[in-house]
Order: sequence, then C-alpha cells, then structure tokens
Amino acid sequence: MKDLPDTESRTISPAELPAPTPADAAPAADQLPETVYDDDLLDSEPASDLEAGGPSPPPPLPENVPITRIVPTGGWRSLDLREVWRYRELMFTLAWREISIRYKQTILGAAWAVLQPLMTTGIFSVLFALLMGKGNEPTPEGIPYPVSTFCAMLPWTLFAQSLNQSGNILVQYRAMITKIYFPRLILPASAVLSTLVDFSVSLVALLGLMVYYGIYPGWAVITLPLFILLAVMASLAVGLWLSALNALYRDFKYVIPFVVQVGMFISPVVYSADSIRDKLPSWAFTLYSLNPMAGVIEGFRWALLGTSHGPGLMLAISTAATALILLGGMFYFRRMERLVADLI
Amino acid sequence: MSDIAIRAENLSKKFMLGERLGFKTFRETLQDSLVSPLRRIIRGEKNGLPAEEKVDNDRRIWALKDVSFEVKHGEVLGIIGPNGAGKSTLLKILSRITEPTAGYAEIRGRVGSLLEVGTGFHPELTGRENVYLNGSILGMSKAEIRRKFDDIVSFAGVEKFIDTPVKRYSSGMQVRLAFAVAAHLDPEILIIDEVLAVGDAEFQKRCLGKMNEVSRSGRTVLFVSHNMAAVEGLCTRVLSLDMGRIATDGDPVTAIQTYLLPKSASRPIWFQASEPPGSQPAIYSVTITNEDGKAHNTIKMGTDVQIAIRIVNIRCQSDFEFSLRFTDSLGRRVMTCNNLFQHPRPIRLRKEDTIQCVVHDCRLAPGTYSLEVYARANGVLLAQKPLLQFEMVPADLYGTSRYLPPHTCVWAPNVAWNVPSA
Repeated sequence: MKDLPDTESRTISPAELPAPTPADAAPAADQLPETVYDDDLLDSEPASDLEAGGPSPPPPLPENVPITRIVPTGGWRSLDLREVWRYRELMFTLAWREISIRYKQTILGAAWAVLQPLMTTGIFSVLFALLMGKGNEPTPEGIPYPVSTFCAMLPWTLFAQSLNQSGNILVQYRAMITKIYFPRLILPASAVLSTLVDFSVSLVALLGLMVYYGIYPGWAVITLPLFILLAVMASLAVGLWLSALNALYRDFKYVIPFVVQVGMFISPVVYSADSIRDKLPSWAFTLYSLNPMAGVIEGFRWALLGTSHGPGLMLAISTAATALILLGGMFYFRRMERLVADLI
Repeated sequence: MSDIAIRAENLSKKFMLGERLGFKTFRETLQDSLVSPLRRIIRGEKNGLPAEEKVDNDRRIWALKDVSFEVKHGEVLGIIGPNGAGKSTLLKILSRITEPTAGYAEIRGRVGSLLEVGTGFHPELTGRENVYLNGSILGMSKAEIRRKFDDIVSFAGVEKFIDTPVKRYSSGMQVRLAFAVAAHLDPEILIIDEVLAVGDAEFQKRCLGKMNEVSRSGRTVLFVSHNMAAVEGLCTRVLSLDMGRIATDGDPVTAIQTYLLPKSASRPIWFQASEPPGSQPAIYSVTITNEDGKAHNTIKMGTDVQIAIRIVNIRCQSDFEFSLRFTDSLGRRVMTCNNLFQHPRPIRLRKEDTIQCVVHDCRLAPGTYSLEVYARANGVLLAQKPLLQFEMVPADLYGTSRYLPPHTCVWAPNVAWNVPSA
C-alpha cells in the first residue's frame, strides 16, 4: 500500500498495526455488531429494524377470517348472488366508468342520448304519415303518433344499447378479467345499468314532448318504476346470454346488430300492439307476446300516455318470458364464467 | 392449524395447445352437440371418453401438476422459475381468476392480488377518477379509498395533475399513480406478480422499498419475480417451480442457488473447444489459474486470478475485444473486465495466441462464481461464450484471524483507516 503524506491524520496500513490479541478482538466485536456491515435490502436483519426495533410480529388473525376454497367445478353451478351483492360497489363503479367515458370529447354530450331516438321517431312519423295518411298512423287512440313512438323508443333504446354494450363487454374487459377476480356477472349488469343515464335524459325529453302535445299521464304513472325495472330485467336477460355466448363464440358479434335491428320491428315500437292485434290469429299474437320487450313497451305507453286499457295478458306473457330468459341466462353465464379467463 | 394462510393440495391446471384453444365456432358446438351423442350410440358406451378428448391428448400440457404447499400466516413466499414454469398460473388460481383442473386450495383471509399495475385505468378519466376506479377494482371500498386518497396521491407525486385526464400524463406518471394505488392495498394476503419489472430504476427502487415495508408488516405475501436479488431480500421462503412442478421449497438462498445452478453445474473449470478450429476466429480454450500457477477451481480471497484465453485465428489477424463477466450464485453480475475499458485499442492477435488476464488481488466474497467469456473479433461477437465456474474461499485478508461473516459483502475491499493522530 502506498503511504499517504502524513498531514493531520495518519494512515494505518495493516502491516503497521500490532497483531491483535484475542483479548482486544473481543471488545471490538461488542462495539461493532455484525449487523452494522449489513446492507438493508439483502440481509436478514435490515437497517430499518434498528430504528423500528425488530420486525413487527404478524398481527393476530381476526376471529372470523373469510375462508376461500378453490376447487375445480364443472357443469352447472349455483348462482351465488350473494357474491354479486358483495361486489355491488364495483358494479356501480364500472357503470359509472362507462357513463363518464361515453361522451368524453364530444360536443353534444348527453344530447346524443335524445337525438338518436328522436331522429328515428321523426323519420317514422313522416313515413307513416305518408304511407297511411295523417291520422291513420298505427297509434293508440287519441295519442299523436310521434308521442306514442318516442315513448316506446325509450325502453327500446335502453334495451338496444344494453345489448350492444353487454354483448361486447367481456371481450372489452379482457385485460381485467385475466388479472382480477370478481363475479363476472357484474360486467353485463354494469353495462345495463350504465344505459339508465341515457334513459333518464330521454325521459325528460319525452315529458317535454308530452307537454307540447298536451298529454298528461294519469294515476297509472305510479307504475312506471315497475316498467323501468322490467325493461332493465329484460335487457339483462338477453344481455347475459349474448355476452356469455359472444365470449365463447365470436359469431355473436354479428348476431347482436341483427337482433337489435329485427327486434325493433317485432316489438311494438313504431306501431302500437293494438294495431296488429286484430290482424293476427290469436296464437300468433301470443307468440308475439313472448318477446320480452313487447309487454314492457306497451306498459310504458299505458303508464305514461294513459292508453285506454292496460297491457294485461300480453304483459303477463312477456314478463314470464323475461323471467325464464333471465334465470336461464344467469345459469348459463355462471357455467361459462369459470372458463372465460382461459378462453377469452 | 389456524396459522396456515394458504394451503394448496395437488393443484393442477391443464391447457390445450394450439390456437383453437376452445374457440369453437358456434356452428361446431351445435354440430358437436348433435353428432357426439349419435356417435356414442353408434360406438357403444365402451369408449367412455368423448372422441375429442382422446385425439387431443398429445396437444395438452399441464401448466401446473400436483403442486402442494402450505404458507403460514405472515410468511413472505417467493416463487421463482423459468418462463412457462407455471408461476403465473399458480397465482391466477390462487386469486380465483381461473379454476384449477384438479386439486384443491384453501385460503384464510382477504386476498388482494396485484398481477398487473393499473388494471382498469382509462386514459380519458382524470387521475382522481382512476384512483377510485382502480382502487375499487383491486377490492378497496369507496370509504377506504377516500381515507387513503391523499397518501396515494402524494406517494405518486402527481398532486398538481390529479384532475387532468391520465392520457396527458407521461407514462412514468401513469405507472407511478397506478403503483401508488396498489401499494395502499392492505388485505391479509397479498399476491404479486412481477410488478417490479416496470418503470425506471428510481421507481423500481421505490417499489422495492414499499415491498420491503409490506413484507415486514406481518402480512402474508406471495411474490413472483425474476429479480433474484429482490426475492432473496424480501422473501422468507422460496418455492421454485419447473415445468409445472415444485422443484425446490426452502430458504431463499438455497432455493435460488439450486434454481440457478443446474444451468452451469456441469461446466468444467476449464473450457476447451469441442471442434477443431475452422477458418473463423474461435476461442480454443479458457483456463482459470490460481496463485500457484495451476489450473484450479478454488481461488483464495486476496490472491491473483489468472484467466488464460487461447485464440485460434487461422485466416488472418484480427482485432479482439474481450469481456469477462463474473456472476455470483444468485445470478448477479459482480465484475466485468473489458480490455477496451483499460486500453482503448483492441488486442491484435496472430494466428494462434494466448492472452492472459490477471485480476490482481481478487477480493470477491466467498462463494461460487461463474465466468462467462465474451469475445469480439473485428467487431463480430463470437458464437462461443465459454462458461466456467470457480469457488472463492475465505482467507485471512487483514492478517487479524477474523473472517468476514457470510452475506456481508460481495467484495472485501482493502481499506485504509485514517485516524486522527493521538
């Protein structure tokens, strides 16, 4: 070793030092415990422990820790709606995410929610007035055609939007599905929930239209929430099937737009159910009533516009159909759920 | 029994190879459901398996096969292994993203899994919105996020931009914010997959610091990583997986060493080219020599290490550059010797030459090291990268009869202690 110039300090080279005796090696060991050398990351006793006073012991486990059992399942499974309920907050968060990004960087924003059904209504008003003559449009008695159609457009748009959204939602959320556990059922559910905002905006527009035409709802309006709920259920029912099927078979990407397009004409949207009732044999009308949206749409007309009689039998049939499709859809979705992270 | 946080028994997961991974079209499914019952009737019930299962047997792989282990409450378990060993599959099963094909697992406690940073982040949403979104996706309640919101934002250091859409963030800011949310997750059991692989060095250091904090807070952690230094530093136990099975299960150092060793275990202490030299420049042999001048695989600390590289270079003279890379048993590079760093001119060699590289006073800490020799001839990297192994053995470096305790350094420097004159 090169000797440094001896100024204020002097250099000790190992050779200069007297050979240590065991007696003076011992106290040195006391002064410099081995941990002082240690690197805080790579060693068993980190430097932070010197300040904190040792690693904290594991906190005692709470008495009733949730126990999760992971076992392979096969075939049909129970619905486990309690799990969905536990994740409701995430469901609302995802619905809110959908809503808040829907109209980002658009100029018209939520006005689009009204414009689309309004334009469709306008086109059909003109079309039917031309084809059938003013006053002969397929509308309930005493209700101007645009009001009747726009009223039907509300639940229909909710349904169509839900289908478009939920059909694609598992594919859209692929990144999340393969990284995080949650009951997958909340995805289509949040898609349906997110359409309620557009629906509310349109509902306000409808009320404006009704005031313009001087139509005021009667007492039946108190049943409106029920019909909204029914519309949500019908949307969820079909949406569940489509989202599960689309996750496994991408064929359904092409089916969904078709269902929406055809569905509008086999539901009483641009015409009233009454206007076709007499032209169809009764079995055909029963078949027609199986359409989950048929009862809902007529229900809306009845609740808001006060058409002379309630939807009655038609509502019963299509509610029953909705219930069946919904239940079947939930079971099918659960069955598919366990595969989705591997297959999507 | 109750101190067991995770118990896995014979967990297995089977995957199908090939791109048709279950992506049957609807038509095929319909066809199958019509045809296969018929087929079964025609063939009789003897063949229990559906036809498809037998055909595909050779196209299946077990991503995990009979993996059993227990994790005690408060343990930090590292999971290592080569790519495709089944590490991520195991984490996905334990976080309930996919189901096992067979086996069983039981988890006691709330699980938070972090297989990715920033899941669900949406570029159009503001930082604030994304914190709430990502937080609830990771399983925090709204009240919990609200309580931790300020901590999260200051940890990420994005206070000023919190109401700006994250698409205007730099990618570093996005990752920081995402990690900040994840770092504030506190379930009883935390499952983490290679999240440290993102971000710059400064950020990784911060992540490690946070991980260190988490792992010492008494929580149960499952941690997958290829960063052996991080695994060794953070984990109390390491599970090494290979081809879907548990290869070793034990204390971190042993598990990491046995994981890294097989790749180099069969390497001799000297290297000799297996083929006679052709027209291309080639390394003919490499030997490590200790202070006595004998080729030996044990080197005493504080002595000179000589590396002799014999080059055969039949066709022409070439300019050579050598890079000797020393790696310790945990896979960390501890030394690099490159001749161009010391002498800017490449080494010019004749047809057959031996060059000697002497590392004076080598004070690498005791342990097993590998030496990999990279050589460039006229700027072209030679295909041969001889790999040798040697052992550093402890020595009385300072003449005090005191030896450095293990794991206190990678290099024992020759230090001068300047003390004020008495």
